[in-house]
Amino acid sequence: MNARQHAVLKAGTSQSPVLEVEKLTTSFRTSAGWRPVIRDISFHVDIGETVAIVGESGSGKSVTALSAMRLLPRDRARVEGRIMLEGRDLLTLGEAEMRSIRGGRIGMIFQEPMTSLNPVFTIGNQLAEALVLHRDLSWSAAEAEALRLMDRVRIPAAKSRLHEYPHKFSGGMRQRVMIAMALACRPKLLIADEPTTALDVTIQAEILHLIRELQREQDMAVLFITHDMGVVAEVADRTVVMFRGDMVETGATDVLFAQPAKPYTRMLLASIPQLGTMGASRGPRRFPEVDPATGVPGEGREMPPARAAGAPVVEVSNLSIRFNLPHGRVHAVEDVSFSIMPGETLALVGESGCGKSTTGRAIMRLQDPSAGSISIGGRDIAHMKARDLRGLRRSAQMIFQDPFASLNPRITVGSAIAEPMLVHGVREKRAIRDRVTELLEQVGLSPDMVSRYPHEFSGGQRQRISIARALALEPQLIVADEAVSALDVSVKAQVSNLLMDLQAEKGLAYLFISHDMSVVERISHRVAVMYFGEIVEIGPRAAVFGNPRHPYTRRLISAVPIPDPARRGTRIPAPASEEARSPIRPLDYVAPKRRYQEVSPGHLVQLA
Amino acid sequence: MNRVIRAFLRRLMGMIVVLLIVATLVFIIVRVTPGDPAAVMLGSDATPEDIAQLREKMGLNAPLIVQYGQFMAGLLRGDLGQSIFLDQSVGQALLSRAEPTFFLTLFSILIATVIALPVGILSAVRRGSGFDQLVVTVTMVAASVPSFWLGLILIQVFAVQLGWFPASGYGGPDTPFLYRLTHLVLPAVTLGIVNSALITRFTRAAMLDVLGDDYVRTARAKGASERRVVLKHAFRNAMVPIITVIGLSVAMLVAGAVVTETVFGLPGVGNLVVSAVLRRDYPVIQGALLVVAAIYVLINFIVDMLYVAADPRVRI
Repeated sequence: MNARQHAVLKAGTSQSPVLEVEKLTTSFRTSAGWRPVIRDISFHVDIGETVAIVGESGSGKSVTALSAMRLLPRDRARVEGRIMLEGRDLLTLGEAEMRSIRGGRIGMIFQEPMTSLNPVFTIGNQLAEALVLHRDLSWSAAEAEALRLMDRVRIPAAKSRLHEYPHKFSGGMRQRVMIAMALACRPKLLIADEPTTALDVTIQAEILHLIRELQREQDMAVLFITHDMGVVAEVADRTVVMFRGDMVETGATDVLFAQPAKPYTRMLLASIPQLGTMGASRGPRRFPEVDPATGVPGEGREMPPARAAGAPVVEVSNLSIRFNLPHGRVHAVEDVSFSIMPGETLALVGESGCGKSTTGRAIMRLQDPSAGSISIGGRDIAHMKARDLRGLRRSAQMIFQDPFASLNPRITVGSAIAEPMLVHGVREKRAIRDRVTELLEQVGLSPDMVSRYPHEFSGGQRQRISIARALALEPQLIVADEAVSALDVSVKAQVSNLLMDLQAEKGLAYLFISHDMSVVERISHRVAVMYFGEIVEIGPRAAVFGNPRHPYTRRLISAVPIPDPARRGTRIPAPASEEARSPIRPLDYVAPKRRYQEVSPGHLVQLA
Repeated sequence: MNRVIRAFLRRLMGMIVVLLIVATLVFIIVRVTPGDPAAVMLGSDATPEDIAQLREKMGLNAPLIVQYGQFMAGLLRGDLGQSIFLDQSVGQALLSRAEPTFFLTLFSILIATVIALPVGILSAVRRGSGFDQLVVTVTMVAASVPSFWLGLILIQVFAVQLGWFPASGYGGPDTPFLYRLTHLVLPAVTLGIVNSALITRFTRAAMLDVLGDDYVRTARAKGASERRVVLKHAFRNAMVPIITVIGLSVAMLVAGAVVTETVFGLPGVGNLVVSAVLRRDYPVIQGALLVVAAIYVLINFIVDMLYVAADPRVRI
């Protein structure tokens, strides 16, 4: 019996849903009075069932969850409608009663496991607190129970870790602690607000699996909030689609995926980057453009291959980067070699901490290499003096992940784009103004936006501005560090397309650093997979994705959620999560020389 | 606990090194002061024989390195030298004046903290309310008031008009301890109020900072009461900046003793320094400099240790 049949059976035997939301409208106080941010939302969650709320940023999905928990500040938010939990309207309860609901009847986990635990209390203390607040337990009995909870969410060596502080735990382990805490009092409903968004894909698969198992064990209803259609397909029995505060569509997940009724749902489904949609194409392929009126996708054009002959733009040989600690050394990057041709995109993929960003920073010389050479346009920049590096900045530029943080809020976007040109004195003042206009047009923005400030733009627009700034000096190489990872799906597709168009037009070389395998598959000519500082597999995109040879590459690809409800629950994550493996080595450690096998032309796999 | 002990030992070593450097600096400063200290001390009427005799007595004829050795050896024995004018060793002179300075600093910082923490926390929790706005305004005014002016006003009201507390001075060593302490009420209240303003503002800012953090939301989602959320989860995290500003206030109180004790006529260490400077009592100045520097280093040490205790992520 799978989870859904189980849920159907349960729903058939029980009378009322666990949670029933009726005409929920939440307004925030603004200087212009109360402004509704979600309007007339109605849905229900049955016993043992998982309902997903899916939507892009600003859709109001988190506000819906916080409204149900009554966690919005009372003086600035007004919640109307009815939120029935097991027959009681939460909106009419007193604060004390509501406190017994929170953590008692409803458990909640959040997106940011890194910051959601209190840094100054031990894990055991925080788990025990959740128990003491709702159950008549002594503190020591609660700590003993906390230990059992840690075992239940499969935290290894729970006993010794009970008295450790959160900063000693990895992101995945912290999310397990959060889950243990939310489920401490066996709530009837779990609200999970983007619980895996900040985690690596292999960890995400494990956490989703864990939630599913625990849900089955205690017949819990789950309200799952996410922006990721792949995750929706993986977890949800029914789905609610939200857009700018309105409920667009709701229905059984398989029906919704097979026959989306509304254009927005169709568009959302069409713009999901999906693994394995490349067909026979060899080069990168644009994301299909979706007609917003109908939600019907167009055809994604294939992009030209990279130049095969001539000199590479960048050549990295035996690059190593190490950081010394008092009692050891971090081998962040170990003996990494690759090159990128003009007009080529090399994707550097791997999970957090694998050294991919450090490699990118070394190419920009934002990080000094410990060993090896990096040559850009034929000049070795690895040991260049600071003064000579100015030249490097003209041939290589970087785009960062966070479009909110990487633009100075007090500088107009025009000045931000013009700044590199002024610094390098490459043009006359007047010519610079014309060039800024030209750049804005190239990245799909209107030239009259030149005197606006970053806060007036959306995330996608800001990333376009960052791209324009990177292009200002006409570099040959752009290092894009998770450049589209923080963007909503539809925007992600657009910005990726822009990067591909600019590459075709200007012959740019990209080092595309990303953890997002489905975007990587679309955008890159070649792929290098990094694992604990080393490249374990590198080769043409079609070869690496079509014929992954290294076990880690396989695990990485198989952990990506596939937006197809029919395949739900069929994939059980590989149990061997090597979170405990550490790149910290003793000071006298000498990294072994790795050997590679060429499985097909240009496709190299590290031998064990 | 291991972590705390290791941090403690490491900082203790560092503190000793700093103190040795301070002692050396004090030694050098006194030696490079222009003119012959012996001549300066004895005044213009002194005969060359008197000066030579004093130089001999002060050990100024020995080579510098020997003097330095003697000075440091003295320090290690706890011997700060002999006052020129008082019939006491420097150590005795400082010790006999330590009581009012110590208790004044202690009471001032206690009063300041007792006012500042609740007011600052409440102000942050009720951000934007009438109470909060009042706190912001009053603390700004209080922080700008010179302490001597507030001190004079308090003396006028509570000492002169109401006669509740003595206006100035301090009981002699043979008077009862509590009687002596009554002399500290007005100065301690003055300094407490002035210092509470800054600490309140820091507490409010630090609390506002942490109240928006994710783990505070987690605590609420657990079903913790507002009181628990604020006092346990938020306040513990706001403690590092609050400890910093309290440490700074204590340091400023010690350094400000020179002014305070003059205004309130308290025979403390500050008072001793003033008279020593006026009389060119070099050994006393030198000793007082050293002691104040040592107190500064000690306060910093305590503050660092409190960081370690307050936040498990702090490494020293």
